[in-house]
Amino acid sequence: MAKSHLSGIFIVPVDGVDNVSELGGSEAEITILNRRPPPATTHDTIRHDMPKSKSKSKTKPRSRPASGKTSKNGQAANAKKRTTPRSRVSAESLAEKQREISVSEFFAKNRHLLGFDNTRKAMLTTVKEAVDNALDACEEANILPDIRIEVFQISETRFRITTLDNGPGIVRKQIENIFGKLLYGSKFHRLKMSRGQQGIGIAAAGMYGLMTTGKPVLIISKTSKKKPAHEVLLKMDTAKNRAEVVEDTEHPEDDKLFPDGHGTQVAIELEGKYQKGRQSIDEYLEQCAIANPHARITYITPGNETVVFPRAVDVLPEEPLEIKPHPKGIELGTLMQMLKRSEENQLSGFLRSDFCRVGPGKAKEIAEKAGMTGRTWLTKIGHNEAESLYQAIQDVRITAPPTDCLVPIGSRALLAGLLKEVKAEFFAASTRPPAVYRGNPFQMEVAIAYGGNLPADDLARVLRFANRVPLLYQQSGCCCFKAVTETGWRNYNLSQSRGALPSGPLVIMIHMASVWVPFTSESKEAIADYDEIRKEIKLALKECGRKLGTYLNRRKKMQRESERRSVFERYIGEISQACHAITGTDAEKLYQALFKQAKRKTEEADLELDDEGKVIDDGGRLSDDEDVVILEERQMQIGELDEAPGATLFDDSSAPVQRKKKVLRKKKKRILRRK
Amino acid sequence: MAKKKKTTTKKKSPPPRSRSRPRPPMTRKKSPKRDRSVVSKKRDRETLDKIESLAVDVTKSSLAQRDPYLDIPLRTTSNTKWNKSKRLLEMGASTQRRNLFNLGQAKKFMQTILLAKGCKDLVEAEKTLSLRGMYYMSLHTIAGTKEKTFAEQGESDTILEDLEVGLDSLREELHVFAKKRGTMIGNITIIDNGDEIDCRRMGTGGYAIPSICEPSVIQFKDCEADFVLHVEKDTVWSRFNEDRFWETYNCILTEGSGQPPRGVRRLLHRLNKELGLPIYCLLDCDPWGHYIYSVIKQGSINLAFESKRMAIPDAKFIGIRSGDFERCELSDDVKIDLTERDIARAKQIMAYPWFAEKRPWQKEIKRMLANGFKMEVESLITKDISYVTEVYVPERLADRDFLD
Repeated sequence: MAKSHLSGIFIVPVDGVDNVSELGGSEAEITILNRRPPPATTHDTIRHDMPKSKSKSKTKPRSRPASGKTSKNGQAANAKKRTTPRSRVSAESLAEKQREISVSEFFAKNRHLLGFDNTRKAMLTTVKEAVDNALDACEEANILPDIRIEVFQISETRFRITTLDNGPGIVRKQIENIFGKLLYGSKFHRLKMSRGQQGIGIAAAGMYGLMTTGKPVLIISKTSKKKPAHEVLLKMDTAKNRAEVVEDTEHPEDDKLFPDGHGTQVAIELEGKYQKGRQSIDEYLEQCAIANPHARITYITPGNETVVFPRAVDVLPEEPLEIKPHPKGIELGTLMQMLKRSEENQLSGFLRSDFCRVGPGKAKEIAEKAGMTGRTWLTKIGHNEAESLYQAIQDVRITAPPTDCLVPIGSRALLAGLLKEVKAEFFAASTRPPAVYRGNPFQMEVAIAYGGNLPADDLARVLRFANRVPLLYQQSGCCCFKAVTETGWRNYNLSQSRGALPSGPLVIMIHMASVWVPFTSESKEAIADYDEIRKEIKLALKECGRKLGTYLNRRKKMQRESERRSVFERYIGEISQACHAITGTDAEKLYQALFKQAKRKTEEADLELDDEGKVIDDGGRLSDDEDVVILEERQMQIGELDEAPGATLFDDSSAPVQRKKKVLRKKKKRILRRK
Repeated sequence: MAKKKKTTTKKKSPPPRSRSRPRPPMTRKKSPKRDRSVVSKKRDRETLDKIESLAVDVTKSSLAQRDPYLDIPLRTTSNTKWNKSKRLLEMGASTQRRNLFNLGQAKKFMQTILLAKGCKDLVEAEKTLSLRGMYYMSLHTIAGTKEKTFAEQGESDTILEDLEVGLDSLREELHVFAKKRGTMIGNITIIDNGDEIDCRRMGTGGYAIPSICEPSVIQFKDCEADFVLHVEKDTVWSRFNEDRFWETYNCILTEGSGQPPRGVRRLLHRLNKELGLPIYCLLDCDPWGHYIYSVIKQGSINLAFESKRMAIPDAKFIGIRSGDFERCELSDDVKIDLTERDIARAKQIMAYPWFAEKRPWQKEIKRMLANGFKMEVESLITKDISYVTEVYVPERLADRDFLD
């Protein structure tokens, strides 16, 4: 704990707090000062609201003292303790202290926004960003991903995380930008399904490493067999949001690191804490393997164990297509910016080429509704025109955005992933047709696993994924979680208390595929709660729930039948004995007669019809369902024996152990009795 | 099986009772236990035949690959009929079929057969057992399982009642008795299993009324009493006994500890029918008191098949009456508020056909509901310790102020 405190020193204390400690003020003062730091002291004020604003309009310095004045009046009463009277500060002197803040500085101070709130989470976030980038790169280059992650413990609180992939590699001159600059990347300005979005992740991880250990990031990348591998040591300059190259070496062409001839390795040293269990690196990689059955992931733990998540599918997912924004999905400000940036000159061309789903007809309709024509020059469109244009877009009916840009995991692959990592007896998956929120197409997929070795008394586990990336934190703030709790699981023979997750041996996996996943924060931990998204999740959950309900019903029925048979068998012995005592009829003969009848009766009952009027056979309706997998008990037992390493997180591992103990105890007793 | 337990219905009158039979001479102080009357033996033979025929039915249908079943008369309100002319509750003809090959009934079927066997053994051994004894007699673990034949005594009790009605035999004929309850004292001498008992010399405890009060067990020797006063509870009975009420007013005092058990009801019935004594009841002024009166007078729903042997249509209700609060000028302290349940029960009782046609009773219950409170017999103690024995009952008797 002491160490993690140490790392906290890097967070420069907020200005207001400094003052308070100087003044020794009361609590009431602290809150006030925090809100509005007195202008007389430090002026490194961070303007959270506009971190990137470069324009220095002249009105700004003037407006500040004005607001400062009211604050002074407000403070007059509280500030009576002050010994020296406060002197007025001129706008000019204030202006001297006002300067631009770099993105990296902002995020260095607010690293919790990126998922570096504590040392344990920082480790996970680093692995996550590195793996996401590796998978994205491999898929874009059409390479089946083979990723190796090593978490090496240097000292108690210091780790080195090394990620190696077989991706396309990075050309030398981009290395600084990608790893040294926040908000630099290929993914922000396009609408295409990918794991990364803003280009913050890996650079932020490097920055965190540098801040906590002072060690630069080591990158080795090779783009092809014929080209040399570059080894670069990078240090980030937060003030300039730019990277400094510490060392740059070229390696011979036959680099052993990259047997395929291409790939990237990133090594980051950082303060961290390694802990297994929920929200650990282990769990993350395991879920990653479920959602990316086409990837092979090798993980070397701090304990120097090697865990391999093998590839379950040998086909790469289809390449997602990039789409243009949908007119209904943008806001007025964005529209004005697009107008300014467009390469087209006239309105009709702009609408047709910068948006999807707008043809000449629609373009004309929009233009006319906005009081313009298709030939209106873009340069003539001012604020008022843009607003009426925006309104026109809202009023016109436009086809939903194309959905072929989405590549869901697919029911079969989902089931393959789950089967590989979860030891259950019943699996069902459901893929919803694509839908749209705020002009962004998205698609939901749900898979559930039930029974088997899953812990029976706990609440269900929800595994959340967004574009194949597992989400481990902020479960209760996520749209997926809400959808699960709002679904009535009791309809499907599960128990559920009000407003809670269902309970039982159940794992629910929810995947959202979208060109733009609406996360609640930059650390990408929870999906925002859009009605359209929640509705789709619930529909998919219900579909899976129905299948599970059918299965459970059938299982219950079978249980009932066998119970019924045993009940009869139990009682007819008694009855034949008693009748024998009363009437003298041969008990054995009577028993046989009754037994025969009991058998006949229960067999009739076995042949009951299902709700569709068909005779229920072995598999029932579910056997025809492509999206359902049922493991018979015998297979499960075999599966238990050759348990794959790394699959332990999902098992109720304590249960089998207990069972064994009991057996041992029984044996002991038996031995004692014999003696 | 939600249905209430079954009850016997065949309305055949019970086997010839020894009611009018001349009593054996009283000279013998103790009759040897082995000396069983011819009638008893004959009755046992009949009982055994019935048990056997039940088992034979089951055996036959089993061997013929037919579904074995037992038909058990229903002991529910719906299967109870009010016989207006006889002023009795009688059991209807509905029966419930109990199948072996029905998941919900299989266990009960087995239990019924087990108890039938138990009764047969009992009758053959010429011994009697209590309900609890019967439970233990048929209790064992089913071979090859951990399940017991009966989970608790309650299960065997209801099955035994089923058997009673199903075989159309009385409990006594099956040689089973219930826990005894109820006390008697007064101007009468009886013979209980050959022992002469003078009920005038029973001290403070009184004579404990046995569970079986059939003429074969109990005979009346000499009785000088003019009437029988039945009170609800032991506490009130003690008050009357201590004040020697039965001596002063020449009567018999009985008590049934709440809802009177079969023995008490049978005894009252015989005192009324055989000795012609009128029966007066002193019960609480609440729905439960009213229902006790109703059971004494026309029989209970559960034992409707025994009404003929137990009901006393001429019984009278002395009190406590709802008007007694004003008449006896009682203090507010004795009021006990009627609960929701009391009100519901009172309305239910009012609607019973045997109450519905009696104006005074309708008035009585309505007045209690209007009062909004109930009263116990003990409330009269607030007037004076012996008010009930010295004033209340004597006044009512003198005025012949009863509810019928």
